Amino acid sequence: MTKEKAEKSLYEKRVDGRKFDELREIHAKVGVVPNADGSAIFQQGDTIAIAAVYGPKTLNPKHCQNPEKGVLRVHYNMLSFSVGERIKPGVSRRSQEISKVTEWALSPIVMLEDLPGTVIDIHINILQANAGTRCAGINAAAMALCHAGVPMTEMISAVAIGKMDQTIVSDVTKEEEDYEEGEGATDIPMTYLSNSEKITLLQLDGRIAMSRFKEVLDAGKEACKKINEFQIKALKEVE
Amino acid sequence: MVYNVTKKNVIEALNKGERTDMRGLFEHRPIQIQFGVSNKAEGSVRVKIGKTEVVAGIKMATSEPYTDHENEGTMVTSMELLPLSSPNFEYGQPTIEAVEIARIVDRGIRESGFIDFKKLCIKEGEKVWSVFIDLATINDDGSLIDASALAAILALLTAKKPVYDEKEDKISFGEFTDEKLPLNLDKMPLTMTFFKLGDKIFTDPTREEEDSSDGRLTIEISKPAKEEYVNAMQKGGEACFTQDEILNILEEGKKIYKKLNSLVEEEIKKFDKGAKKKYENSK
Repeated sequence: MTKEKAEKSLYEKRVDGRKFDELREIHAKVGVVPNADGSAIFQQGDTIAIAAVYGPKTLNPKHCQNPEKGVLRVHYNMLSFSVGERIKPGVSRRSQEISKVTEWALSPIVMLEDLPGTVIDIHINILQANAGTRCAGINAAAMALCHAGVPMTEMISAVAIGKMDQTIVSDVTKEEEDYEEGEGATDIPMTYLSNSEKITLLQLDGRIAMSRFKEVLDAGKEACKKINEFQIKALKEVE
Repeated sequence: MVYNVTKKNVIEALNKGERTDMRGLFEHRPIQIQFGVSNKAEGSVRVKIGKTEVVAGIKMATSEPYTDHENEGTMVTSMELLPLSSPNFEYGQPTIEAVEIARIVDRGIRESGFIDFKKLCIKEGEKVWSVFIDLATINDDGSLIDASALAAILALLTAKKPVYDEKEDKISFGEFTDEKLPLNLDKMPLTMTFFKLGDKIFTDPTREEEDSSDGRLTIEISKPAKEEYVNAMQKGGEACFTQDEILNILEEGKKIYKKLNSLVEEEIKKFDKGAKKKYENSK
């Protein structure tokens, strides 16, 4: 059914020659920030994210503590030189939102109820950006959490699924995000948990017929499975 | 923050398939709409959903276009969670809650193609119209995303361009033309948020229900052809969703879209009738 619909699409071949469900080349490594309790770098094609975890540690000021469960704080930041036109350093509305959705994506798998009164700080920095930075950030952060030995229920992987005109593709690039033919580009970043197959991040912008949505979720599940293998492999390589 | 006892009451009601105020899971509170909260604004509206009340105002200005969209007007959406509307809101920098609402509303309108930005170009590369959608809370009792999104759409639908002198590049604020904004009415983007608590999913929560919930999924739908399209989505909060839950939410979204759409059409028809009379009288 997918194939039949895809044939009518204007987007017949991907700009970088990948198959529709093929991911960009992935490089992942943990232990890249010696000062941190856990850290990881995750590269997917031209997108590079580095994440560091500090904690669990006592949360100060004390009145911010939660006696029932720990607090997860995510700080997502794009370096000013990570994109074409320089972006102003510091917090933007966009980065605030991404920090928050990343927090929401990660906190279900961290056993925060076992860490009352503490905070876990996750710092995500984007060194080089070519779409899918929030997903690369989550992938790096998940590995950094494991590396720090933070108790987790399962692993998490993130991917940006796209729809170029009528074609559903995995792991979109910036060039694809700007595709304008037919129905144009739709960008759908999402996460899948490795065991329960639940979704903890889902955003969308663009236009997609409701009847196509199941294909998107299925593509995301497949892609996240593949990404998960890279994350696990890198975690096993830690010295 | 929510008291355990409140959350317990919310869960007990949901388990019976109803709400603390006896509504059904997908039954929204009464919606009241009143246009013209400020006669200085190009368009303005007050939306009440139950006890929640949000105002939206459209202001316009001319500006330079962005370098990568030289023949397109611009749009800026902002949200203020006014301390007047709740003891939970405080003065200071916009909080992440306010920023997120503004961004969700903005994305829904932008991605649906509701505004024809090319028609907001005055002189390519030099001068375009900027549309400011400013939202503010008057009373908070939950569902601020949906109330804000609805208010933004209604304000846009009723906005009239101000009188503009192109030679002098001067806008005569407070004087309006009879010209509406360039909107693609067939794309009417409407927003609805589904909340999750345990394994129960419901819409239009009160503040107590919203604070008790584990998380939410906002979807923005338009219906440019026979089938409904999704133009924007955002998962919020710590809840996890299964694939089936998401697909069910989309189905439920279609039904809500239909209801909301007829409400908007009706209100706009009423407004247009009144506005025509008013415009003719002013001449």
